[in-house]
Amino acid sequence: MSPTPTWDQLEKGQNIGSTTFSLSRADLIRYAAASGDHNPIHWNERFAREVGLDGVIAHGMLTMGAAVGLVTDWAGDPAAVTDYQTRFTKPVPVPDAAEGSPETATAELAVTGKIGKLDEDSKTARVDLTVELVEGEERTKVLTKSQAVVSFG
Amino acid sequence: MSINTAREGHTYPSVDYQVGSEAIREFAVAVKNQHPSHHQAEAAQALGHRDIIAPPSFAVVVSQKAEAEVVKDPEVGIDFSRVVHADERFTHHSPITAGDNLTAATTLERIRIMGAGAMVTTSTEIHTEDGTRRATVTSSLLVRADDEEEN
Repeated sequence: MSPTPTWDQLEKGQNIGSTTFSLSRADLIRYAAASGDHNPIHWNERFAREVGLDGVIAHGMLTMGAAVGLVTDWAGDPAAVTDYQTRFTKPVPVPDAAEGSPETATAELAVTGKIGKLDEDSKTARVDLTVELVEGEERTKVLTKSQAVVSFG
Repeated sequence: MSINTAREGHTYPSVDYQVGSEAIREFAVAVKNQHPSHHQAEAAQALGHRDIIAPPSFAVVVSQKAEAEVVKDPEVGIDFSRVVHADERFTHHSPITAGDNLTAATTLERIRIMGAGAMVTTSTEIHTEDGTRRATVTSSLLVRADDEEEN
């Protein structure tokens, strides 16, 4: 982890870093168990197709929860993240791996964060996250208005 | 489609949730949040917390239990198999910490009818047993129209 930033070092537009994470079918099962969200669209191919999806998709909350790791690591104390919101715009398909372990990742996501706003009175920085599904050369935004407020007070 | 807006403003019975260290660790692993304060008590205590603290999105575990009261309310009429999560917001008043005994209550804030479907927005207040506010969780669910009613 990088050293905790201080308020005086922050500038609007500043990049706080980037990261990637991948998802496998096993990750979706782990998130279902940890979160209590057992909706079968996140683990059963037949059910997902029956409700009109192209196949199993990741929990939007898993993508949201994983993306904010960039911000908590940057902030130094996760409790400094006082507000975090997003809209779910595009599903993240997580197909069954064609071969090998079910832990084999079949979706890759890229996360970047930059400071969208600084509030001098409340000593808070709004970090705007870009969260994209990476498929070869193609990148698709899966979250929009993904914003985390970090308190430096 | 039989979404009924009459329940707007209604607050549902609260649910209790006891926050265990293992539940926080399991959740942090599941969302790949590697900050040590979610995993090791000493790391959290070094930052001034009583015990390990929950990742920012952990509150959904608690809020979804309370929101379930809305989804299963026959007077609202949500078909859960047609629900798509549209947006989510966590406002943290103080960190959810291992050992907390939480209470969560959901209010049905708004039902916006959209054609044959609807957008249902709820707000869940989470506090500890001694009344310390922990988080406010706002969630919107898009209830899709029945197939035969779609264009």
